[in-house]
Amino acid sequence: MNFLFGVFAHDQQLRLELIAGLFVAITCAITGTFVVLRGLSFIGDALAHGVLPGIAVAMLLGVSGMLGAIVSAVLMMSGVGIVNRRLRLSGDTAIGLLFVGMLSLGVLITSRSASLVGDLEEILFGDIAHVDWSTIGIQFIALVCVALTFTICRRPFLLLSVDEGLVNTSGFSAKFFHNVMMAMVAATVIVSFQTVGTLLVMGMLIAPAATGALFARRISSMIMIAALVGSLSVYIGLLASYHYDLAAGASIVLTAVILFALSAIITETRKSLSRRHEDDDDHEHPHAHGHVHI
Amino acid sequence: MAATTAAPHSPISADHLCVGYGKRPVVEGVTLDMQPGELLVLIGTNGSGKSTLLKTLAGLIKPVHGDLHLLGEHAGQLPKRVAYLPQHPVSSHTLPLCVRDMVAMGRYAHLGLVKHASPRDRELVEESMVRVGIEAQAALPIRDLSGGQQQRTHLAQVLARQAEVLLLDEPTAGLDLNGRKLVADLVAAERARGVTVVMATHELTDAEHATSVMLLAQRVVSVGPPDVALRDEYLRECFGFTQPH
Repeated sequence: MNFLFGVFAHDQQLRLELIAGLFVAITCAITGTFVVLRGLSFIGDALAHGVLPGIAVAMLLGVSGMLGAIVSAVLMMSGVGIVNRRLRLSGDTAIGLLFVGMLSLGVLITSRSASLVGDLEEILFGDIAHVDWSTIGIQFIALVCVALTFTICRRPFLLLSVDEGLVNTSGFSAKFFHNVMMAMVAATVIVSFQTVGTLLVMGMLIAPAATGALFARRISSMIMIAALVGSLSVYIGLLASYHYDLAAGASIVLTAVILFALSAIITETRKSLSRRHEDDDDHEHPHAHGHVHI
Repeated sequence: MAATTAAPHSPISADHLCVGYGKRPVVEGVTLDMQPGELLVLIGTNGSGKSTLLKTLAGLIKPVHGDLHLLGEHAGQLPKRVAYLPQHPVSSHTLPLCVRDMVAMGRYAHLGLVKHASPRDRELVEESMVRVGIEAQAALPIRDLSGGQQQRTHLAQVLARQAEVLLLDEPTAGLDLNGRKLVADLVAAERARGVTVVMATHELTDAEHATSVMLLAQRVVSVGPPDVALRDEYLRECFGFTQPH
């Protein structure tokens, strides 16, 4: 029992890491649900990488990495919009261009500064060991903002997940609510990078929500399952990291992906068993479901 | 069912309307003056401009030029009073929505961002599912339904809006014979309560009960009552053949 629970009772830093991880898991569950439903993984991933130069510059200037991430995210989203509209290139081409451009810029900045070379790994893969109450406070505020945004915008968000035209013909602006959703994705990426890193934040956005999509019949239950899977991943990942001296961020995300894989196997097995059961019923009672053809 | 109040303005009026994408016209010279309870059927080949015209009426794309008003307002200004069924609406395989939730989305135009659904809203959702014969599947996920059942669900969503103008883009697509009859009956019932309907279709038989028919081929080939608009010379011009007599 001490292996599973005791470590959190005895180690105050581990408790802080658990609280931070749980806030990230719940925030990512809400945002990730719409990332999965709307197929926004690519832009989410691009955002997660695109904040790198901002964080690096902020660290060089000695200001908050989150501030740098916000500036980077705004620049990147504006850049995507300009390339998309002015140059008439497809959305994914615009995202891809800005994605590699910003990532390269981030790597160049960090490689030119001796003080930042060690920090690059922390930015990419997270540094949960240095989480403190101020970081947790910011994550809590972000969680409240994301939850409020979802509560207020759930109807246009739901319509966006079905069809953009349906949003406009229902009296909402598809463009405005798409931008609100993208701001929500950016905010989630920015507050999560310190815990799981910019590279791995996509795992927390996608894997728990994708697991939710396998079982859920309603958006609210998809978010709840995603939050549960994300929280479980944080707990198991931190335990694995503590006991076996593994990287915490990678352990959390790998756990989330393994939980998705196990869930996929369970749902597929259940489907094939129910199909076989139906086939057996048809063989035993060939007319049970049949129609009379005249 | 709520009766539609008499509209002070013409449900749909268009004067020398040119529809298209950006500045590129697809169909020019559309003039309409529809009255409550009328049915306009748009017929034409693929790419003839039927969907472009319907999207313009729904306010999804701006007219290239010309005047267009629905119930006295510009297109897209009255979402509570105008409902639009897009062509082959897509239901994502990952979408965790049951049929009832999907139909309830038809009420969002009335509910806005935060208003709670009233018992009447819920009643209209249930009624709409019954009208299209999908009530037995109400609790099933939309992704588990056949194409025809999904189309019925989208039709129910449009009916739940309780609109005064219905814009239907190929509402019979993916439906069997029973489904086609159902759509014809629904359109007739809506018209009987004063709803104005514009319907795009490939089927000439859908035009039988229309007030007027518009034959399109990237321009208006003919417009008028079915017996006039569907004359052999127009059909030949539009499709290259005529219907058997």
